[in-house]
Amino acid sequence: MTSQLLTMVGIVKEFAGVRALDGVDLDVRAGEVHCLLGQNGAGKSTLIKVLSGAHRPDAGAIHWEGAEVGFANPTAALRRGIATIYQELDLVDGLSVAENIYLGHELATLGFSRRGELRSRTRALLTRLGHSEINPGRSVGSLSPAGKQVVSMARALSHDARIIVMDEPSAVLAHDEVSNLFRIIRALTADGVAVVYISHRLEEIRDIGDRVTVLKDGRTVATGLPAKTTPTSQIVTLMTGRSVEYAFPPRPQLTFQDRPEVLRVEGLTRPPEFYDVSFEVREGEIVGLAGLVGSGRSEILEAIYGARKPAAGTVRLGGAVLRPGSVPRAVAAGIGLAPEERKTQALFLDQTVTKNITATSLHRYSRFGFVDRKRELADAREQARVLDLRPADPRRAVKTLSGGNQQKAVIARWLLRQCRLLLLDEPTRGVDVGARAEIYAVIRKLADSGVGIVLVSSEVPEVLGLADRVLVIRNSRIIREAPASQLDESQVLDLVMEGSAV
Amino acid sequence: MTEQTTPPPVAEQQRVEADAAQAGGTRSSILNRIGAVQNLGLVGVLVILGIIGGITADTFWTRSNILTILQQASVIGVISVGMTFVIIGGGIDLSVGKAMALASVWCTTVSTQSYGPVVMVLCALLVGMGVGLVNGLLIAYGRMVPFIATLAMLAAARGLAEQISDKHTQLVTQSAINDIATTKPLGITLLVWIFAAVAVVGWIVLNRTTYGRRTFAVGGNLEAARLAGINVRRHTTTLYVVSGLCVGIAAIMITSLTTTGSSTHGDLYELDSIAAVIIGGTSLAGGRGTVVGSVFGVLIFTTISNLFILNNLHTETQNIAKGVIIVIAVLLQRRNREVAV
Repeated sequence: MTSQLLTMVGIVKEFAGVRALDGVDLDVRAGEVHCLLGQNGAGKSTLIKVLSGAHRPDAGAIHWEGAEVGFANPTAALRRGIATIYQELDLVDGLSVAENIYLGHELATLGFSRRGELRSRTRALLTRLGHSEINPGRSVGSLSPAGKQVVSMARALSHDARIIVMDEPSAVLAHDEVSNLFRIIRALTADGVAVVYISHRLEEIRDIGDRVTVLKDGRTVATGLPAKTTPTSQIVTLMTGRSVEYAFPPRPQLTFQDRPEVLRVEGLTRPPEFYDVSFEVREGEIVGLAGLVGSGRSEILEAIYGARKPAAGTVRLGGAVLRPGSVPRAVAAGIGLAPEERKTQALFLDQTVTKNITATSLHRYSRFGFVDRKRELADAREQARVLDLRPADPRRAVKTLSGGNQQKAVIARWLLRQCRLLLLDEPTRGVDVGARAEIYAVIRKLADSGVGIVLVSSEVPEVLGLADRVLVIRNSRIIREAPASQLDESQVLDLVMEGSAV
Repeated sequence: MTEQTTPPPVAEQQRVEADAAQAGGTRSSILNRIGAVQNLGLVGVLVILGIIGGITADTFWTRSNILTILQQASVIGVISVGMTFVIIGGGIDLSVGKAMALASVWCTTVSTQSYGPVVMVLCALLVGMGVGLVNGLLIAYGRMVPFIATLAMLAAARGLAEQISDKHTQLVTQSAINDIATTKPLGITLLVWIFAAVAVVGWIVLNRTTYGRRTFAVGGNLEAARLAGINVRRHTTTLYVVSGLCVGIAAIMITSLTTTGSSTHGDLYELDSIAAVIIGGTSLAGGRGTVVGSVFGVLIFTTISNLFILNNLHTETQNIAKGVIIVIAVLLQRRNREVAV
């Protein structure tokens, strides 16, 4: 048996009462590629943060080469030799490759950088990674995502990292760049460096991985599985068998075929984000888009909403063609969007709930440009009551609300606007389990009142449980369309990750 | 459906309290509306300055001195109201001082004056708004950084003002214009009334109209405003036109006050008005601020200048004091905000 580098036992981490990690075990050996698998929300990101010292666990133990350790902060973990490469690469665009690699542990004498040594050491690191063609003096901002990733890895090596954690490194890479990444990973593991590799793509895990650990709902459900030989069905079963049951509202037992169409999208294309997207949504129907982050799902919603201009294709609302690329037109026509990033894309955090709710319906309260504040407040109260917003007083600043209630405020905005089509992008992100059920109920209630709904979610059970019809997206295209009742979680997950079961 | 179930006692209590606060709490809500809590510090500074004035100069608390302070505050005050809109909307306007100079020069050329006072006033307003429109278009549609676009406008407006006037001071021959500064309804110069009117209108527009709402939205979260269906480019453009309109009004005021149009009017007004807006509590990041605060900011600065003049102190020390006050005010605001959050 190869030497045990790192062992984590029973790691627990809570955030405001929500258990993100609920007993995770992980062991990493020198020189292996250890793959971490799990659905969104399974706890992978939190686990990485514990490993890299960004979060301190509430319970559990971390052993480093047999001795128990605790990482007070990321620097402490880095000193032990654990380097993390996040999805959003944390590089400074304006600095050179060499300066980025040695950022925080600069080679300097009395504050003067030893430029010659900096360059030669950087060159050595890049050569070790097989990228001697990258000039150490080049500014990082001018590099491709793949090049930036190489710089991040060089930075990890400059810390003498023994474990490099990579969070979905292939998400930003083209196909041939992935094989180059794998070549680098193989060279590193040959030197005894361990790699913790996170990816949703099973084919990659088969290619590069040695062992697999599967997380589900904050727990380790399997560890040490052989990456090459474990059958896909077993992995998918491990990832899906749920212990937390979400309470989904019942579906109406009727067919939507004879209902009038609210939305019809035809041949919508915007390279390279999505190609030839066509589907329709009928009154009262919830259509779910299932796909990985980066598969093009959010971009499709934004194109329907006019926030992105498609290169080709049409969007029809109630039969009338919408002018592409105009949000005000889309809103006027009756489309609403609850975007993915609630805080940065939807809310005016400093302002009251009232003002957030009425932001898209201001024209209704306008008398010669003046806001009828009494009527506005009354309507906001009514919406707060209908959606059971807590606390109920809409005069509070929206930033004081919990994630679930903030999402309700965003939905209330479109409820008030009486939109005919509501686009929901990750409506339960950052929403705790209790509030989720309420949001699901609100969405179904909206649909029952005749609103057409398009739902995007990374969580397959959510799409399957809530939607009437599901479109599966992989690599920027719709690859499958079926009623939700005819799909199960493992099928969808399989389609999303491998696309094999077309 | 949840309405049928009995609400938990705590929630019920909160609801009752909230309702009570709305019904009986008019007093506190009026105070809040004026922004008294936020502006209390500014009032305090003014009071302290008043006390210092009373101690150090016999003439400080005289009617004529108070009127002088108000008159001096009026021109920069009108500009600061416009600046408040731009800054709350997430921008900045460095061109105000020289745009005002340009408007004053343009409306006092011999040919403009020959058309009479009404045309002079219209000319000043149009020049101000025209400058604002160009600023706004460059920023909203040309995607230029506000700082850069309006800095370029500052330089260009000064150049144009110098070219039109040939660097000469142009005397106003229309007595109707000069009369603006000397007419004193209720014993107070019309300039102060204009300032008051602009401030009141500015407050109403910002706090009571959909336009004001959108301004806070655009400045507070541009992306969210865009995705809420607000035409953010058009709105941003109009904000600079509002600033330009205020600049045009200020140009008439300064022309009347000095009885001249000159390319040297308004030197460093951009810095003074930005400083006044900032110490008035408006966030440079946008989305947060008040007209009342800006008015207090202007009054504080003008009062300090007045104190220094009455005590025969150098303008150099005056500028140092201004700098210190800006720093202290911003530090205090940050502390308040952290406590509040």
